[in-house]
Amino acid sequence: MSKITSLKNAISAHVQDGDLIYLAGFTHLIPFAAGHEIIRQKKKDLTLARATPDLVYDQLVAAGCAKKIIFSYMGNPGVGSLRIVRKAIEKGVLDWEEYSHFGMISRLQAGATGLPFMPMNQTGATSLEQANPNIKRITDPYSGKELITVPALNPDVAIVHVQRCDAEGNSHIWGIIGEQKEVAFASKKVIVTTEEIVDDSVIRSDPNRTLIPGFIVDAVCLVPHAAHPSYAQGYYDRDNHLYIEWDKISESEELTAKYLEEWVYGVADREEYWQKLDDQTKQTLKIEDKFSAQTNYGKY
Amino acid sequence: MTDLTYSSVELMIIHSSRLLRDGDVVFVGVGQPNLACNLAKRTHAPNLTMIYEAGVIGAEPERLPLSIGDPTLVTGSLSVVSMFDIFSLYLQKGNVDVGFLGGAQIDRYGNINATVIGSDYNHPKTRLPGSGGAQEIAAWANRCYIMTPHQLRRFPEKVDFLTSAGYIDGKGAREKAGLRGAGPVCVVTDLGMLEPDENGELVLTTLHPGKTADQAKANTGWDLKVSKDLKISSDVTQIELDILRNELDPSGIYLK
Repeated sequence: MSKITSLKNAISAHVQDGDLIYLAGFTHLIPFAAGHEIIRQKKKDLTLARATPDLVYDQLVAAGCAKKIIFSYMGNPGVGSLRIVRKAIEKGVLDWEEYSHFGMISRLQAGATGLPFMPMNQTGATSLEQANPNIKRITDPYSGKELITVPALNPDVAIVHVQRCDAEGNSHIWGIIGEQKEVAFASKKVIVTTEEIVDDSVIRSDPNRTLIPGFIVDAVCLVPHAAHPSYAQGYYDRDNHLYIEWDKISESEELTAKYLEEWVYGVADREEYWQKLDDQTKQTLKIEDKFSAQTNYGKY
Repeated sequence: MTDLTYSSVELMIIHSSRLLRDGDVVFVGVGQPNLACNLAKRTHAPNLTMIYEAGVIGAEPERLPLSIGDPTLVTGSLSVVSMFDIFSLYLQKGNVDVGFLGGAQIDRYGNINATVIGSDYNHPKTRLPGSGGAQEIAAWANRCYIMTPHQLRRFPEKVDFLTSAGYIDGKGAREKAGLRGAGPVCVVTDLGMLEPDENGELVLTTLHPGKTADQAKANTGWDLKVSKDLKISSDVTQIELDILRNELDPSGIYLK
């Protein structure tokens, strides 16, 4: 059954004010287009979960969509501070809940597998455990050793950007696969945005590459370049220049507002955003092909 | 003494690089640790396996990676796995030899703060990025190295927030917490190197050429002990500088 719809419709139908949402992707395939659509639709009081909030959550916080953030590393990756989220936390205007990366991904693993919590070995670093009451201890019933536990995370909505999927949402992802699979399985609803929609025979030609099965997907949106300024392995490079620029933009409320006006509110969708992007930038994002060896699944 | 000129960052990267052993599996951070690992791989440790927390195993990046998840890490790597796998199968299980760490504060027992400056977590004056993968790397890598400029504000007697465990409060504390790794076995600074004594306290064991123990003591927030057999580090070589400057970071992004 085809689940193809516009991103506008998908966000409108599935993201409600007050939801806990998780835009997946560790550095790679970050669903910026979906984040921008959420801003355009002026969603409110969202709890934003992501291991690395990245620029997309800086923008959602700047636009006033968020009441809380759940994270494990709050920085501008490779650049420095994530200024808007940081400032909101320091000013006390944004609630937050913090984990280590492993704590965060363990929460998703529990959520994705239907368990109430995940155990982890101790790390000796007890400050976060004291600061976050969600981090608890349990005694291993077999050895009697103390373990750390984190509760399952089950977002209301997962948004995942993929390289290609079919009309039902069976999704191929390659390159850094971060936490996309876990987020999709952990969440109540799943929106997939994709660089390409392909025939299901393409998916079936390489089933080991399918991370997300279509039957857990609620909406499929064809949104090429949706990950810019992050990247899509094999499709386009990361726009490091914009990540560096954001460090300056996000320092000033005025420049941030101007950026949002120009690149989010001022465009109808990602296609218009991409049209607007200058040729020189597009040129720097182009990459050469490098294919894998073919895989013989055999005919049985 | 050499007459080569080099920056304190180059000095720290080169001495960190020399700590790596051929065959090590290293959990690499982006930036200066990445340069140290790639330098080691091109000099004395060609069989180094570089692992990145984004889930990349055996990366051989063709260009300088600009983020922890740079696509250049993926192309040509040995394997790419999920975040859950990298932290569980690789790190928690004990398949990582070396972790590189940094942070805003490093204390007497090698504990690291990368979370918040000041004692009030709930009302932070200066919020830092937080753990990322550092909490688990510090606990579970077989040995850890810390690279940091030697400044008083970076070396308080006690960290404001314990993001990553060193030797916690001294002898036996890591064992008591059940941590598998050996902890921060060396802190490389621009003045020299600190290593833990039998109580887990960091002491000055090595000075870089031209630096003094008094300089190190003046820039440390506790009464820094000086090892009885204080060594002088061997000179930086032209080959190491050439690889760093010409091959690994020709634009000087991390070497500045």
